[in-house]
Amino acid sequence: MGNNILIVAEEREGTLRKVAYELVTVANAMARELGGAMEACVLGNGVAACADSLAQTGVTQVYCADSPALQHFAPEVFAATLADVIRQAAPAAILFGATGWGKELGARVAAKLDLGVVADCVAFQVEGGTLVFQRPIYAGKAIATVRAKALPVIASMRPNIFPPAPLGDARAPVQAVAVSAVAARSQVIEKVKKEAAAVDLAEAKVVVSGGRGAKSTEGFVPIHELAKILGAAVGASRAAVDAGWIDYSTQVGQTGKTVAPQLYIALGISGAIQHLAGMSSSKVIVAVNKDPDAPIFQAADYGIVADMFDVLPVLNEELKRVLSEK
Amino acid sequence: MNLVVLIKRVPDTETRIQIKEGKVVTDGISWIISPYDEYAVEEALRINEKLGGGKVTLLCLGPNDAKETIRKGLALGADDAVHLNDPAFGNGDATVTAKVLAAALKKMQYDFVLAGKQAVDEDNAQVAVRVAELLDLPHVNSVIKLELAADKQSAQCTREVDGDRDVATTTLPAIITAQQGLNEPRYPSLKGIMGAKKKPIVDWKAADLGLDPATLSAKLETVRVDPPPARPPGKKLAGDAATAAKELVRLLREEAKVI
Ligand SMILES: Cc1cc2nc3c(=O)[nH]c(=O)nc-3n(C[C@H](O)[C@H](O)[C@H](O)COP(=O)(O)OP(=O)(O)OC[C@H]3O[C@@H](n4cnc5c(N)ncnc54)[C@H](O)[C@@H]3O)c2cc1C
Ligand SMILES: Nc1ncnc2c1ncn2[C@@H]1O[C@H](COP(=O)(O)O)[C@@H](O)[C@H]1O
Repeated sequence: MGNNILIVAEEREGTLRKVAYELVTVANAMARELGGAMEACVLGNGVAACADSLAQTGVTQVYCADSPALQHFAPEVFAATLADVIRQAAPAAILFGATGWGKELGARVAAKLDLGVVADCVAFQVEGGTLVFQRPIYAGKAIATVRAKALPVIASMRPNIFPPAPLGDARAPVQAVAVSAVAARSQVIEKVKKEAAAVDLAEAKVVVSGGRGAKSTEGFVPIHELAKILGAAVGASRAAVDAGWIDYSTQVGQTGKTVAPQLYIALGISGAIQHLAGMSSSKVIVAVNKDPDAPIFQAADYGIVADMFDVLPVLNEELKRVLSEK
Repeated sequence: MNLVVLIKRVPDTETRIQIKEGKVVTDGISWIISPYDEYAVEEALRINEKLGGGKVTLLCLGPNDAKETIRKGLALGADDAVHLNDPAFGNGDATVTAKVLAAALKKMQYDFVLAGKQAVDEDNAQVAVRVAELLDLPHVNSVIKLELAADKQSAQCTREVDGDRDVATTTLPAIITAQQGLNEPRYPSLKGIMGAKKKPIVDWKAADLGLDPATLSAKLETVRVDPPPARPPGKKLAGDAATAAKELVRLLREEAKVI
């Protein structure tokens, strides 16, 4: 094992996801302290451009597995191919984005190579020759400090926490990697896209959520409008999801998505502990609720005690006006 | 079919996590089956109810008093359970837990295994996938719809991952992890609760699994646990709805600088 840090870069339809550049920032700091270099790996079909971008981030080597066999996610094939790369690169740490894809692939590769995985990290230190990480547990009700007893270790880093690294002038060599010949007993056969306009909750900079106070599917219309004005993702409380006003994939909380956007706006949400768990590490929280004693106000930076349907029309108009002045 | 469901005991999601000297205080916590594992139990029960016959076995690694949680799963309708109960398993991380679960599954007969997408205590989302790899089984993660082929040799699944939805196929046996949306878990009936007391739970220790405790050393160590950073007190905006809304926009722009 060396002192290098290997980044596993996630792509979507031939473009690197933003979190890949965030991993470069993390890897850079780790490699500097451990006295090693950064390397990166990308797997997919038609990912030459991704490899090219990675090559300009300051890494010393890019591994690129580019093949029609990697068009759709097949856990065994991806894990076996990546394990080959890891064996060759022999890094001190392997970094993934803490996305569904990164966590799933990371777990499978870890078991193959008998490595520990620290998932969902929000901070790290190099201490006593090993890596120490901070990660939320109980969906954010507590923060654990976890030490790798030995290196190498696998870590997945939360998106939107670390600044993305810029591209530089240097160009690292790209090494083509052969796809493992293992059979794909399980594999994705088809991607069913969500609505094109929708913003992914986990990565959104702004999230606008509605709860039982929204009262109906129609009640969500001005919430969707607010989201559109702000370029935000729409979230919901479990009560709104259970009532069938909005898809359950939008649920924020301990048994839904954990989000940490720059701005979280909760409308007609009481602030149950399971909901707070999923959103209270947002940078700025706004709550609109009729009930001055709703627990959500204890988490909110700005609270408005009022009927959300009196607030929303004015808020939407005012935002449109102000944002058009920019 | 013979189905095994991996269930973990976690603090009720209502729990306020109390921390003392860098550790979570577990006294007085009420424990539940991790919510995603409940979807897995429900799906297993429905599969056998539809096909008629078969058996649902719960597999849980946890301390002595995890029995209470296992009984809750039996009350829902599972037939029997295996409790991996040995202090040697106790302080393990996900790596150790997966090794022990895999060793247990090697001794069991099953058509396939269901688990949760993640346990809502440490939110690791890795144990079930690790078990699949250790047993050289395929897996499908984060499933919201599961359809078995007529010959029961394969399954087609709809998954919900990173805001996308996709369709995946797998041969069986496999490990399939449940995501919210897969089904609506039932509540235990009174009859179920009474019946659960008589259902068999076997205890397996490291020796029963042929595991040498020395091989069960964790890769990770939790050094300490802290409460999340406190939020500064917020402000309530004065005036009627319209006034407050306008003031909010100004504050988000000029004070918080987030829009
Ligand atoms: C195992 C388990 C897991 C759970 N996981 C989650 C989870 O992940 N996420 C989650 O959100 N919940 C979760 N819950 C549910 C949680 O306990 C609460 O029931 C839920 O969050 C309540 O949603 P709500 O705030 O929309 O509804 P309520 O608690 O009913 O609150 C509605 C609020 O809207 C306000 N209101 C009503 N009308 C208006 C109006 N016109 N204008 C302004 N305000 C108005 C009311 O004053 C009230 O405060 C979970 C529960 C369990 C048991
Ligand atoms: N101690 C355990 N006993 C049984 N199953 C477990 C245990 N830990 C994790 N699992 C299973 O693995 C899934 C993922 O857990 P985790 O990786 O801890 O988030 C859970 O939803 C369970 O189905």
